[in-house]
Amino acid sequence: METKTADKKIPALELKGLTKRFAGKVLANDHVDLTLYRGEILSVLGENGSGKTTLMNMIAGIYFPDEGHILVNGEPAVIASPRDAHRYKIGMIHQHFKLVEVFSAAENIVLGDEGGFRLNKAAARKKVTGIAEKYGFSIDPDKYIYEMSVSEKQTVEIVKVLYRGADILILDEPTAVLTPQEIEKLFAVLRRMKEDGKAIIIITHKLHEVMAISDRVAVLRKGVHVGTLNTAETNEKELTDYMVGRKIDLNIERPAPQDPVKRLEVRDLTVADPDGVKVLSNVGFTAYGGEILGIAGIAGSGQRELLETIAGLIRPAAGDVLYDDPKTGKTVDLRAKTPGQIRELGVRLSFVPEDRLGMGLVGNMDITDNMMLRSYRKGRSLFVNRSDPKKLANAIIESLQVSTPGTSTPVRRLSGGNVQKVLVGREIALAPTVLMAAYPVRGLDINSSYMIYDLLNGQKKNGVAVIFVGEDLDVLVELCDRILVLSSGRVAGILDGRGADKETIGRLMTSGGRSDNGTPEDTREKGGTAQ
Amino acid sequence: MTEQKKKAREPLFHIVKRAELPLFQAWGIRVLAVLAALILNALILMILTGQNPLAIYGSMFSGAFGTARRIWNLFQALAMLLMVSLAVTPAFKMRFWNIGAEGQVLVGGLATAAVMFYFGGKMPTWLLFVTMTAASVLAGIVWAVIPAVFRAKWKINETLFTLMMNYIAIQLVSFFINTWVTSGSGTLSPMSEYGFPKVGPSAYFLNIMIVLVFTVVMYIYLRFTKHGYEIAVVGESEKTAMYIGVNVKKVVVRTMVLSGALCGVAGLLLVGGTSHTISTSTAGGRGFTAIIVSWLAKFDPLYMILTAFLVVFLQAGSAQIVTDFRIDSAISDIVTAVILFFIIGCEFFINYRITRSERG
Repeated sequence: METKTADKKIPALELKGLTKRFAGKVLANDHVDLTLYRGEILSVLGENGSGKTTLMNMIAGIYFPDEGHILVNGEPAVIASPRDAHRYKIGMIHQHFKLVEVFSAAENIVLGDEGGFRLNKAAARKKVTGIAEKYGFSIDPDKYIYEMSVSEKQTVEIVKVLYRGADILILDEPTAVLTPQEIEKLFAVLRRMKEDGKAIIIITHKLHEVMAISDRVAVLRKGVHVGTLNTAETNEKELTDYMVGRKIDLNIERPAPQDPVKRLEVRDLTVADPDGVKVLSNVGFTAYGGEILGIAGIAGSGQRELLETIAGLIRPAAGDVLYDDPKTGKTVDLRAKTPGQIRELGVRLSFVPEDRLGMGLVGNMDITDNMMLRSYRKGRSLFVNRSDPKKLANAIIESLQVSTPGTSTPVRRLSGGNVQKVLVGREIALAPTVLMAAYPVRGLDINSSYMIYDLLNGQKKNGVAVIFVGEDLDVLVELCDRILVLSSGRVAGILDGRGADKETIGRLMTSGGRSDNGTPEDTREKGGTAQ
Repeated sequence: MTEQKKKAREPLFHIVKRAELPLFQAWGIRVLAVLAALILNALILMILTGQNPLAIYGSMFSGAFGTARRIWNLFQALAMLLMVSLAVTPAFKMRFWNIGAEGQVLVGGLATAAVMFYFGGKMPTWLLFVTMTAASVLAGIVWAVIPAVFRAKWKINETLFTLMMNYIAIQLVSFFINTWVTSGSGTLSPMSEYGFPKVGPSAYFLNIMIVLVFTVVMYIYLRFTKHGYEIAVVGESEKTAMYIGVNVKKVVVRTMVLSGALCGVAGLLLVGGTSHTISTSTAGGRGFTAIIVSWLAKFDPLYMILTAFLVVFLQAGSAQIVTDFRIDSAISDIVTAVILFFIIGCEFFINYRITRSERG
């Protein structure tokens, strides 16, 4: 205990007024000051888009700050590349591992290390074993990456950073992919590193983990560092309040749902990613025509997988997606159907995906050709019909005030807001019965955002079942009729949008999917739900 | 102090993506690139050979256009290269790395030669031609569709697979030549009596016309048909293709059937329309050169006429300077390489511009 307090006074890393803007205007980090001491674990906490990752990337040399500077061990440091970060003994463990599958653990660890031309494998193995013993890792240096579990791969990443002599370690959501037992093991290792005098930053959204592992917590909100608290002197409630901030009135219109009809029912949906990690566990809910169902959650809690599974892009391991056809009155199971099969069933399912230019649109194609993505199949002709898509493009440009030189401009040349108008406009033009939108206002300015809210409300009034995945809690509580909160791929709760407050949602979001929070499963007042 | 240190360490130049350049500016950059290449080549030629570079350029020109025969040869070479380029284009537009066109052309030619060898004179001429066409197209399809199915079903890398198929094709050709040729010469003598008839002013005229038709058809296919649209979407983003419900596997296999079939036709034209015999070098590297031609033209069949022309012009011209000036063929290769390098490299300056660091 004595040595720890002595170490605490030495700052390992100081950030002074770090500022980063994207595309010249979106402020990702606004004059962030932060100090990290040796021998401590600092949690960085914040909602999606609060600027955590941008800040960490500036420390790791992936981004270069627009303003401000960084001090390492009290000396000014210029970190313009990951190599520079390495030189300052800063190591980052990314959420997505960067390992060569066909190499062994030891080979991956020594890979890219500066030094002589000759690779001394025996010495490298010895050093790896030494590091593992010192901090209590269990690692087999000769095991190949492709034979490893997720947790073993993460161990390799951490040892790799230590092998290169890092004194400052940044871990980006290291627990997201681990089981509770593995998390305990990881925390034990982190504590040993801390005792060894390493300075550690850990990003996690799970408040109980923040409480369990860190000495101090830095909270970011909308790019601003709103405060740093000593973990021992705070609690989960205070952290949530810091994270979500005071309620802001946005005055978003929310008409009362007009006779909602059951449209889509998801039952016990379970999805695993290619690594076998469960990204959705037993998710169930019902979406009604004529209402907006909001989905809240920390980024990567399974929102993307949920929508893509409904859209037929991901095959679920278990569960059903039941669609009530308003025309025939019949119920069809969309489970394990491809998007093509879903379309052939006559299900009018529109989907505004999160990745606008990578999935929803083709950046290199012009607006007309992007309109055609949904309609090119029409008719029996061998040839595509470009005149109707062109008319649609013009109609959308006019009604949604898309600023573009014309219909033949490639969409990648449009600004973010205009790209989104093109995409949402096209999906709405399909006259959907279910409309799913993932982060539809991300990166948009105020006016474009309100236009999107209006469009969604318009669909709701037309009796469409709207599913809205959002990140801004202020928007969710004002726009949505009900809010489903996802946490670690589980439904942490379904709240009535009119009564919901940000603190409750924030707490559910960070519950890690634990069910001991005592929240009612579904607080929807209207009867007739399937639950 | 920190500020100064930072300035010293920051990168001096930034590479910035350009907004769309007006057409005349883009072509201005290309013309400048060719001029720069010619100047650099002149220096290289003067230093390495001591000859007058203008004379050498003149000889290149005459090698391509000097006589009527040379012009016909040039157009025949252009047509054949263009045909293979057209064949690989749908695949590459789909971002399927079909580097097996060489083998696909060769098996197409082999199938043609086999039909000529076994059935020549034994069936009516029209039936012979139909059989030759069917056999060559089928052979090309088989060679192309095997790697496509493996890629679609099991995600086997198509680049290596198509490349390996080339070597099998070459060995097959050697095997059949050894079987058919009993004289021990190792070369199959031309079976000209079974080849396509001469139409119009030159023996090459028919080939050239056929390729011209294919060029227009391919242009229409890629630009105006549903298939062509699907190919473009799959090539740009498989995720988008899946999102709109395109069966990506089906498109991959279908497109490679087309690519292989056209390679088969190229083999047919080379054997049935021109040489009337086959050897392991019948495809002559066109399967690889075609990839450059197709990419340079950004997969637009009409532009491909230009890029293919550039390549065959350089080939004919450099062959000429080797004989005229008795210089080593390595030097003529340098000349060709410099020109291609500048033309390909200038696309960088069309897409990006280099600016001084704003903060530096």
